[in-house]
Amino acid sequence: MTEKTKSFPDRVWDFFCSLKLTIILLLLLALTSIIGTLIQQNAPAADYIREYGQANYELFVKLQFIDMYHSTWFIGILALFSINLICCSIKNFPRAWKFYRAPMLVPGEGILKGSANQAEYKSKDSKQQVAERLSGLLRKEIGKTTLSEKEGKLYLFAQKGIYSRFGAYITHVSILIVMAGAIVGNIWGFKAYVNIVEGSEVNQVLSRNGTLPIDLGFTVRCDDFDVSYYPNSNRPKDYNSDLVVLENGQEMVRKRIEVNDPLTYKGITFYQSSYGPAGSAFFKVRVTDNASGETLEVNARQGQHVQLPNGYSFAVTNFTENDRNFGPAMQMHVNTPDGKHGAPFVVWQNFPQFDVKRGGVFSFALLGADQPQFTGLQVAKDPGVNIVWLGCFLMVFGSLSAFFFSHKRIWVCLEDEGSKTRIRVAGNAHRNQSGFSLAFDELQQKIEASIKNESRKEG
Amino acid sequence: MDSGLLFNLTTVAYFASMVLFFAYIATKNKTVALVATLTAFAGFLIQTGALGLRWYESYQILGEDGRAPLTNLYESVVFFAWSILLIYLLIDWKYKQRTIGAFVMPIALFSMLWAQMSLHSTIDPLVPALQSNWLTYHVITCFLGYAGFAVAFGVSIMYLLKIGKEEKHKGDGPIGGILGMFPSTRILDDLNYKAIMIGFPLLTLGIITGAAWANYAWGTYWSWDPKETWSLIVWFIYAAFIHARFTRGWVGRRAAWLSVFGFAATLFCYLGVNLVLSGLHSYGSA
Repeated sequence: MTEKTKSFPDRVWDFFCSLKLTIILLLLLALTSIIGTLIQQNAPAADYIREYGQANYELFVKLQFIDMYHSTWFIGILALFSINLICCSIKNFPRAWKFYRAPMLVPGEGILKGSANQAEYKSKDSKQQVAERLSGLLRKEIGKTTLSEKEGKLYLFAQKGIYSRFGAYITHVSILIVMAGAIVGNIWGFKAYVNIVEGSEVNQVLSRNGTLPIDLGFTVRCDDFDVSYYPNSNRPKDYNSDLVVLENGQEMVRKRIEVNDPLTYKGITFYQSSYGPAGSAFFKVRVTDNASGETLEVNARQGQHVQLPNGYSFAVTNFTENDRNFGPAMQMHVNTPDGKHGAPFVVWQNFPQFDVKRGGVFSFALLGADQPQFTGLQVAKDPGVNIVWLGCFLMVFGSLSAFFFSHKRIWVCLEDEGSKTRIRVAGNAHRNQSGFSLAFDELQQKIEASIKNESRKEG
Repeated sequence: MDSGLLFNLTTVAYFASMVLFFAYIATKNKTVALVATLTAFAGFLIQTGALGLRWYESYQILGEDGRAPLTNLYESVVFFAWSILLIYLLIDWKYKQRTIGAFVMPIALFSMLWAQMSLHSTIDPLVPALQSNWLTYHVITCFLGYAGFAVAFGVSIMYLLKIGKEEKHKGDGPIGGILGMFPSTRILDDLNYKAIMIGFPLLTLGIITGAAWANYAWGTYWSWDPKETWSLIVWFIYAAFIHARFTRGWVGRRAAWLSVFGFAATLFCYLGVNLVLSGLHSYGSA
């Protein structure tokens, strides 16, 4: 049948089945995907207008470049790609299935004579004897061997790696499974975040792409947050949060989470992602009146003035965990009774006698600082994720079996030729021909040895 | 002796091997080819030792925070060169096509030169996000994949050089000169496919381990960040290549060009995204 005589539905079917369409779609996906790596995705409108101008921004919106991986046209290409994948599989799968369901037990003369890999022997033994011996050998070397008889001839058939014929289909199905998993996750899951101040609890989280809070259905409390640094550096080594899950006031789970070690409860997972100061810090400060030598201890809240004797006051304005490797330090100033703002100075926790040398009316020592922190958590629920992993596993399994294994078949035909038995062997593989040729040569030697040895023993 | 010295020795060996491969093509002397291959192998062994030594040194410098040398840009470029040698030597061992060395060794050599001459080789501790076993699996699979594509690229260049000459060549006899030394276009086409058959499943695994790690660390296995997207672009191109091999009108030259574009995209995914675009993958210090 030529192209022109085909009906319209046939041509549509051929179009969706064609490998050319596959190649074009793959390259189209590759090309269009670049756009989203050059234009920042999901940024505020003002960013685009600043960088590209109003007119271009409006064009981007029209072309859905702002969120292109979820745009109608990109999803459209993916959908067409899926249809192509499904059609190709429907068209070609029956042939592979036939190899599995109805293996060619009796080869035609075309295979016995025309195969690239073939050999011929003679034996004095009967067909049955040779068949018995060779099927033992083939079973050992290749795999399951079937004996059949047709028109007075005996045939042996052995095969290996039939599954590699399905590798491509497994790979194709796996891609659809991954997509299905992604869709499930998008519909029934959510991506959210929440900040919890140490010691407090939440039962709602904020969606990452919307404004509506999501009810967790349980309560999460952060008992403690800690961050540790590498020695002599500001590079964080670890940060972790002690999380407790509560339901109806009952403690259900408790875990110290850190980056790369999340907590999962009822399908919702909490990932350590950031941290920061929550509200003002508190400082325990010892004040010494330099004239009288009297001391007092006060608690100061960052940014608030604390009264001192004789109308003076002071305020802590800043704090750091590590000031130039001298350890924790606070910045502060003292106000005179007439309200004059004194010059700021620094007090280090590790050097409590140091401030005496400044020579003011009062000297200060930092006894302790407490900066409440919040822990920043990413929160995700993704019921599709295991479907995605199943797809990924099948993808690796399928592509390996498609690339590195081949379906190898061996046929043996035994027929009487006078008092002798004529033995013909043929084999083929559906890929990696050169590798199969070598293996066939080896098999040939074993077959030859088996025929000769046995004949000698019995003869 | 420190790992830096060994890496310099490696670079020298790769340079010597490349020059010897060129000499082989010029002189057609099989002994030269053998020496070139052995030099490459020696360089590979030295580099393997150097990687092990650097791993050990990280424990000496960072104590318990030591880690496999696969984290910053310097280490990744060095590991890229090592991966190329591994894949190349495997293919050489199996198919014994010595001229390919002249087109693959330069890629490994340039990687080593770049790393040794202009990248920071300090051993820094890891930020919390990178402290994961997934890092090792992810980096190894990705780079072995990239290396497969690098070898395929070298072979494709040979193919394109040779096929151009073959088509112009009118006589019956074989092509003379340097191109006559190249394997036949049929073998080059086959080797191109074989190298990509190694690279493609490894890249697939690399993307999957990356996704698994991202899911474990942040709760999203895919966020269309530029690095992820570019790895997918590379995957699309090589998927197209694999299907092109079975399609009339796409075999031969077009497939070779796909391999060349695929490697260009690989390099952009590996380096361009970090040097030009922004995203999650910052190689620790960059």
